[in-house]
Amino acid sequence: MLEASRTGALAAPVRQPLGWGGLRGFVERESVFSWLIITPPVLFLLLFLGYPFIYGVYLSFFHKEVAREPAFVGFGNFVKLYNDPIFWQSVRNTIIFTGAATILKASGGLAMALVMNQNFKMKAFTRAALLLPFIVPTVLSTVAWQWIFDPGMGLFNRLLILMGLAKTGPSWLGNPTLAMVSIIMVNTWRGLPFFGISILAGLQTIPQDLHESATIDGAGTWGRFWYVTLPSLLPVIFIVTTFSIVITFFDFQLVYVLTGGGPANSTHLMATYAYSLSMGAGQMGLGSAVALSMVPVLGLLLVILTFYVRKD
Amino acid sequence: MVGELTWRKRLFGLWLPLLGFLVIALFPFTWMAATSLKTNAELYNPKLSPLTIQHPSLVHYIDLLRETNFLIWVGNTMLVAVIATGISLLLGTMLAYPLARMRFPGAILLGVAVAITYLIPQTLLFVPMADLIGRMRLGNTLTAVILTYPTLLVPFIAWLLMGYFKTVPKELEEAAMIDGASRWRAMTRIILPLCLPGFLSAGIFAFTLSQNEFLYALLFLAKSDVRTIPVGVVGELIRGDAFYWGQLMAGALLGSIPVALIYSFFVKYYVAGLTAGAVKG
Repeated sequence: MLEASRTGALAAPVRQPLGWGGLRGFVERESVFSWLIITPPVLFLLLFLGYPFIYGVYLSFFHKEVAREPAFVGFGNFVKLYNDPIFWQSVRNTIIFTGAATILKASGGLAMALVMNQNFKMKAFTRAALLLPFIVPTVLSTVAWQWIFDPGMGLFNRLLILMGLAKTGPSWLGNPTLAMVSIIMVNTWRGLPFFGISILAGLQTIPQDLHESATIDGAGTWGRFWYVTLPSLLPVIFIVTTFSIVITFFDFQLVYVLTGGGPANSTHLMATYAYSLSMGAGQMGLGSAVALSMVPVLGLLLVILTFYVRKD
Repeated sequence: MVGELTWRKRLFGLWLPLLGFLVIALFPFTWMAATSLKTNAELYNPKLSPLTIQHPSLVHYIDLLRETNFLIWVGNTMLVAVIATGISLLLGTMLAYPLARMRFPGAILLGVAVAITYLIPQTLLFVPMADLIGRMRLGNTLTAVILTYPTLLVPFIAWLLMGYFKTVPKELEEAAMIDGASRWRAMTRIILPLCLPGFLSAGIFAFTLSQNEFLYALLFLAKSDVRTIPVGVVGELIRGDAFYWGQLMAGALLGSIPVALIYSFFVKYYVAGLTAGAVKG
């Protein structure tokens, strides 16, 4: 209703008969116009983001099973998690996974950007090809990785045998340590181009005369990198890394497809554990509590990011 | 001497590392394609090299299209991605325009809220969201994902578009309004058309993200005929018997092609969207 009347009023010709003038004048006020435009998306986000979030907080204080009435348990779910070794293992796994993958992606991405920041033929094409792992649906490329890791006929073990490095090859996803290495490898493979291409975009904004004056001052390749390139890139690296930490910390689909959290929970991340508690075991309240335990990390990252943006 | 030095520098500083990055990025796709084109007899013969194809065959593709609902999944995925992207672009524009170009009470608070929602991951919301969708009786309908995908896309689109909206000088709008145009006309006829590249970037990005989405689709779409490609492939093509890799790789490859095609046509806009945050801050 409101939509219709507003559009009607505004689409009317400029010189209007009296009576429209008042409404039009009201709508033309900057604050009124802004709120008219911005209300629908704000309502949408409140309903589909705000409400679920608050409902999730509410659920975490209840013992709630699928299709049953919730029963209030206070901090019971959190106490249960505190005493749950699998929960703590998933916390540890999430930290190791996020930490290792982020370091690999950031350093590899920096290297990729530095290599790409030279003149060569087919540069645009190469950039497009390098970004492919990032744009192809994660689940589909992860299925391909599952096949690469296959202990019997997978690519890795076939190559190891072909090169004479192993007789049978390891069970990549069946051994706890190797399974963790594998999920870190796949996450790095997928996220590396995001770092590479973003840092490359940052590299291209560094003015050439900075390099020239550093050269005049006697800086070599390493000196120019250390005193000119790296400091200018820090803001880009910082923001990309923060975003990547958020995405990696909350990752779900890669582990769900590749290992399902196994073997023996050794690759369960907090996200997959929350899923298996709530959807597998039907413990909605407990699952919500696991998900909410991730909020402090998100909060911390948000605070860091806000402070950083303020500083600029 | 100098020529040889630069030649060596080019080899070790450019060509070899570049080749390394390309091989790492692309070998899983080659492996996917090679697997999907081999017959089972060739695929599971340990004596043959895994990297070559002796008798290329489309048998896995034919089986995939004949025995599974793959084409229905493709249709569902496209439908959901197009509608969710459309809704998100509309809502994202309505959110970004006032925030980027107007002064109004509550603007700062809303700006901060949008920044926070941009970073809220799905993982935090899926438990209550599943309950919500269940209570709205939307389980196993495409409406469930069409309604929830914009929650992931709108904050991102708004944040991307704000950057573009801010670049259009305020004078353009003022001049139009002096000439008698209303705010609505100035917005729809003058400012928004100037931001077309921004809409393309946001649209391409949202479209690929919708095709990529897995968690909500997994939660809400349990029946085969409403599934999208990712949940269909993972839920139905992985069957537990040993000899399904050919069909699975055919499905993964076919499922990736629409995204890859759209991306290759609009790669410039995609990269602009990808790097907007990092470079503009």
